[in-house]
Amino acid sequence: MSPQIKVGKLTDIDPLGSRRLNVNGLEIALFRLSDGEILAVENRCPHKGGVLSEGMVCGPVVHCPLHDWRIDLRSGEALDPDKGCIETFPAEVQADGTIYLTLPASLLCTPDADTHIA
Amino acid sequence: MANKRKKLVLVGNGMAGVRTIEHLLKLAPDLYDITIFGAEPHPNYNRIMLSSVLAGGASMEEIVINDLDWYRENGITLHLGQAVSKIDSDNRRVYAEGGIEVDYDELIMATGSNAFILPIPGADKEGVIGFRDIKDCVAMQEASRKHAKAAVIGGGLLGLEAARGLLNLGMDVTVIHINEYLMERQLDRPASLMLQKELEAQGMKFLLKKQTEAVLGKQRAKGLLFKDGSMLEADLVVMAVGIRPNVVLAERSGLAVERGIIVDDYMRTNVPGIYSVGECAQHRGIAYGLVAPLYEQGAVLAKSLAGVPVDGYAGSVTSTKLKVSGVDVFSGGIFVEPEGARALRYQDEIEGVYKKLVIMENKLIGAVLFGETGEGASLFSLIKSGENIAGREKELLLGLPADALASGSGGGSTARLEAMPVDEIVCGCNGVSKGDIVSAIEGGCTSLGQIKGCTKASASCGGCKPLVEGLLQIYAGDDVVTVKEGICGCTALSRDEIVAEIKRMGLKTVKEVMNVLEWNNDEGCSKCRPSLNYYLGMLFPAEYKDEKESRFANERYHANIQKDGTYSVIPRIYGGVTSPTELKRIAEVAEKFDVPLVKFTGGQRLDLLGVKKEDLPGVWEALDMPSGHGYGKALRTVKTCVGSTFCRFGTQDAMGMGVRLEKAFERMNAPAKVKLAVSGCPRNCAEATVKDFGVVAVDGGWELHVGGNAGIHVRATDLLCFVKTDDEVEEWASAFLQYYRENATWNERTAPWVERVGLDHVKQVLSDEAERKALHLRLRDTLDRTVDPWKQIVNEPELRKNFERLPAAEVLSVSSTDRNGSKEEESA
Repeated sequence: MSPQIKVGKLTDIDPLGSRRLNVNGLEIALFRLSDGEILAVENRCPHKGGVLSEGMVCGPVVHCPLHDWRIDLRSGEALDPDKGCIETFPAEVQADGTIYLTLPASLLCTPDADTHIA
Repeated sequence: MANKRKKLVLVGNGMAGVRTIEHLLKLAPDLYDITIFGAEPHPNYNRIMLSSVLAGGASMEEIVINDLDWYRENGITLHLGQAVSKIDSDNRRVYAEGGIEVDYDELIMATGSNAFILPIPGADKEGVIGFRDIKDCVAMQEASRKHAKAAVIGGGLLGLEAARGLLNLGMDVTVIHINEYLMERQLDRPASLMLQKELEAQGMKFLLKKQTEAVLGKQRAKGLLFKDGSMLEADLVVMAVGIRPNVVLAERSGLAVERGIIVDDYMRTNVPGIYSVGECAQHRGIAYGLVAPLYEQGAVLAKSLAGVPVDGYAGSVTSTKLKVSGVDVFSGGIFVEPEGARALRYQDEIEGVYKKLVIMENKLIGAVLFGETGEGASLFSLIKSGENIAGREKELLLGLPADALASGSGGGSTARLEAMPVDEIVCGCNGVSKGDIVSAIEGGCTSLGQIKGCTKASASCGGCKPLVEGLLQIYAGDDVVTVKEGICGCTALSRDEIVAEIKRMGLKTVKEVMNVLEWNNDEGCSKCRPSLNYYLGMLFPAEYKDEKESRFANERYHANIQKDGTYSVIPRIYGGVTSPTELKRIAEVAEKFDVPLVKFTGGQRLDLLGVKKEDLPGVWEALDMPSGHGYGKALRTVKTCVGSTFCRFGTQDAMGMGVRLEKAFERMNAPAKVKLAVSGCPRNCAEATVKDFGVVAVDGGWELHVGGNAGIHVRATDLLCFVKTDDEVEEWASAFLQYYRENATWNERTAPWVERVGLDHVKQVLSDEAERKALHLRLRDTLDRTVDPWKQIVNEPELRKNFERLPAAEVLSVSSTDRNGSKEEESA
């Protein structure tokens, strides 16, 4: 079973806004859609590594701030005419507004020793 | 019934072959049972458009000409990914690699050509490819993700298109060409040199007169070695030195082959029942590599297979357009004058225009155009028709607009279009004949867009657009509709219509505008949302609550996003005038926050670059200076010279005026960024005549200039008026800016806006004193409601939180379902 982690509350993220998260070196962007759904993806555009969390959210799509690539936040796929894909992470909002993120076990089970000492 | 049909087999599922079948089906839909073999796993696609796919302008799906439904609907048996390996011409039977065998009565060989890979050591390494099919395109796109340096061998049409595509993919691209100038098969030397200059300006590098000797590297290409001993680092090598007709199967099957498969004027090979069209065919010694001749060959073959009387194919005059953005090149016919011919040249190195016409016996036989290629299609049609152009040479050279030619007496283009045979190809890219276009018009098409959708004419390079429009004028007459395009793909409405509707219905939010005006995308896109947000804010400064989620990152986070996701911070320095105390503070902040780079901007202020997003509010707080808005569609700087304060030439206090204007207009949102400058004398050291609003002091007053720009398109300002007092300067500046704010399209700078509405119009509006004062008051009212965004964020935790990461401690509180949870919690 993949581990779930608590990342915050729904109110931490503005509607159509985003927040960033770093888990053992992996940059994750959490987006809040207009209907309150939370979607989490790798915070890196497949094109030039643009920081997607800074992009504009239109429906379930984010526009990369660097060159306006459109990434579907549900599938992680770039929309036509661009091609590319980023990782997505299941996110769940509890009734009390707590957001849980499911991350690959590998990311949490092998923590980078250095960051933990620090 | 069906078995009475003859069996037709097409070997090669490419543009030439399938075009022949399409034509044949129109002429004789029931004559043949058709089987097509294609080696590639795709339906017939537009190979010419591969460069657009690579350059990012088209998707793979968009370039498919015949989708799988088309084959099904026409009862064609299609074997994809099946290369034919053997033809038994005695028993009229073909064998494919997958084991399929098919009998034929007639066989068309349309195997096309392959990219010619130079037979040099290392050419088989990983990372060495041709530019020929979808596979190559995908390989280049993939390479661009992992690698930085690309070398394109071949400075011809294909090589340059590949290189441009790779530049778009962000690679560092060098083109290696064996000749001393580019595209020597299509261009003469002057045009070629201008082309090179333009491409260099776009970032392409060239190594000319270089012969590649080997590809270096172990398993993957690492570089190139040239004959002169020099080397070039490259981890992607694209060979675009030419194409070789694909004749392996033909040779094996006993067809006569030289460079290509030899065919006669009816596209017949030496073996009965076998024909050939396209790049693999050699007609009268020529194997063509451009699409128009292939379609002409296909038309001849289709007619003869359909049993329709046909004149034989007599060879083609070819023309080329380079499909590279920002570069317009056209070449047609014989462009280097043969003996007995005369040439007319026009060369303008300032505008970057070169034109050359080659004329023999009063007929146009060739043309080269660079920079302005609008007349390419009509010139090419003159080359093909061979009509007498005596007396019109200069007019053709200087390129009178097509309608001027059309309405001119005798032999104009209307007459030419009317006289054009119905089967003549108008759109070379998509093989659309005049007849196809005329039937589309008769079938109800009344706009260029509809014809494009219906026939694909002008849907690729667009070079035939004037001809298609000409046909539309002739055959649709008064029904012609000019279709307008919306502000983005989400709506068909224009800026003016949207603003009018917002006012009429009193729409108050972006969402409401999108709903009421029936946007196709519920939540809009990155083009329409910011523009709607601007229009609403401009129209209702008091009521409208700015929607930060509809702004670009820069305007949402009030800093300028850099390629690595860090931001740059530019505090406001009014009029570029600072103080030792202020400079010390900026320096201290830069040190405290480890700012990697501090730079003077072009607008006389300091830029702190590489600031981490989470540090932004802290940096602003420590700076304790207002935002310079160096990131927004807003007032940027007011640049000044020293003026009469110190300068011995200064006639007025330029710094004082600059500071006054900057304080008056700071925080002003606009359709696009706005830059001002004030010069203290006509020497104009503050470069006020390339600013959106420029003020130049003269003895006894100020000259006010508008609509200047020093960016992509340099434009000097137009003189708006002369005023005597400082208050008048502010009032006119304010009125001009507000009129621009209220009337320009979002993202339109003052320069194109002034050109669009006309300087006289602007003058007329602003010279009405009541109107001027009203505009001034409306801007004042808007600006009085604004606050400094940096201070606001620093003071409001709800805004400030968006700059911070979600806290790491909570990240590590793993839920109990995970057995590693305890470990994680400990370490937190």
